[in-house]
Amino acid sequence: MDYIKAFLVGGIICVIGQLLMDGTKMTPAHVLVTFVTSGVILTAIGIYEPIANFGGAGATVPLPGFGYALGKGVIEAVNKDGILGIFTGGIQATAGGVAAAVFFGYLMSVIFNPKTKK
Amino acid sequence: MKNINQKDYKNYVDGIVPKPTYLKNCIWAFIIGGLICTFGQFITELVMNYGLNKKEAATATPIILIFLGAFFTGLGLYDRLGKFAGAGSIVPITGFANSIVSPAMEFKREGYVLGVAAKMFSIAGPVLVYGFGSSVIVGIIYYFID
Repeated sequence: MDYIKAFLVGGIICVIGQLLMDGTKMTPAHVLVTFVTSGVILTAIGIYEPIANFGGAGATVPLPGFGYALGKGVIEAVNKDGILGIFTGGIQATAGGVAAAVFFGYLMSVIFNPKTKK
Repeated sequence: MKNINQKDYKNYVDGIVPKPTYLKNCIWAFIIGGLICTFGQFITELVMNYGLNKKEAATATPIILIFLGAFFTGLGLYDRLGKFAGAGSIVPITGFANSIVSPAMEFKREGYVLGVAAKMFSIAGPVLVYGFGSSVIVGIIYYFID
């Protein structure tokens, strides 16, 4: 059942992205930036938490889920550490993913070469 | 063609410009995006079976998906998927990894500093700027409201 929920929620978020790209001629970069920022805002006003509880990976794997981790992290850190949490919370909560993106991204870029377009 | 009026011209142009395939694009985005998330759910449950708690699993899952996204981009397979999956392959975190590796590989001949390392962030950079930036703003607002 968790798999079906993840499929549905994840699929719907991707369809919203597709509609933004086709309907408004937004580039993928604009869609990703919009989605991360929306994820942070929706988490801050308490809307994304129930979506994440329902959809599981369907809500956390798409880019708004990255925003969700940032927003949730900063709120928890402010509760725990006060004013310093403003600056540490978001990045602490996403440190694993960001470090993995930098490390694996660099590694793969060095190992592999672009495939010639067919 | 010389004395064509505006309405006829519009009809003529509409006939030639390819129709946007909204429905088809959306169905592919839904299926591929949904499948990547389902796979993410599978990874989450797999690492939790190995004894990770919910919070640790929420860190481990993106790391594994980013690795796979970067790896399959390197092999050239992820971009092939992206041709028909559209947002279905861009919006999941694997697409974030793809957006790092793709330009970085392309600019390798410009060197490992200003080529690979700089171009890695042509899309990922803005995502991090707006993501981290908005999280700090949320933190400031939350700090003063609370």
